[in-house]
Amino acid sequence: MSTAPVEIHEPGLGESTAADLPWKVLVWNDPINTMTYVTFVFQKLFGYSKDKATALMLDVHHTGKAIVSHGAREKAELDVFRLHEHGLWATMEHDS
Amino acid sequence: MGDHGARQLSPLFDRRIVRWDDRAKVYKLELDDGFRGILRELMGQFLTLLDDPGAPLLYRLFPPAYSDPGDVALQDEYRRLMMEDLVERRQEECRMVLETAGAKTLTEEQLFAWSRTINSLRLALGTYLDVKDDDQPQVPTSTEESAYQLLSWLLEETIDAMSRHT
Repeated sequence: MSTAPVEIHEPGLGESTAADLPWKVLVWNDPINTMTYVTFVFQKLFGYSKDKATALMLDVHHTGKAIVSHGAREKAELDVFRLHEHGLWATMEHDS
Repeated sequence: MGDHGARQLSPLFDRRIVRWDDRAKVYKLELDDGFRGILRELMGQFLTLLDDPGAPLLYRLFPPAYSDPGDVALQDEYRRLMMEDLVERRQEECRMVLETAGAKTLTEEQLFAWSRTINSLRLALGTYLDVKDDDQPQVPTSTEESAYQLLSWLLEETIDAMSRHT
């Protein structure tokens, strides 16, 4: 995908554990959310340009899913929460 | 649903019902009272649905947070920490839409909350109607189908207005 966001690593205070490894946040295609709504939410939540948000939305639409952000577990969980607030089908998993 | 509101459903006119007013720095809403009444009715019913957030109909509003469905501990932890917030936020925004359903103007924040709330109810209705990816619009044959199409139209109008302004 050409629109992969820059990976941000925020080191924690304690020692690294498996849970501290970077996570990726995915948005999955679904038949109910509209293209225009998803594009707009990507723009608002992640500050993406309209072009970048549209490309990301089309990636979700055509391939079934797309990575929308990376980060430590807490950041990924917050992103998933914000996406859920907006009704998008988002999940997170280890970036392995 | 009254005839007055249903008349607004015509897809043939291109008048924008939500417009940014650059002088007043607000969005202007040109919806007639019939439509506003329908919106109130739908949002009132949505608020009642939200009393039972675990209902299968609301599954799409509160989906699992982790890709691996087998990771029960993490899924449960997310639900324990976030579910209440997700439910309360939706209830608050639904009440806000109810309170502002008669408003002539909305702030940017309010209009985005309208979009989220309309979309949330669409998710519940779409789940009920078992909407598929390649479904084509059809003449509604039930209240739920009519409501789904009406909300789809209003959502599109709000997103269109905000996209033009942003």
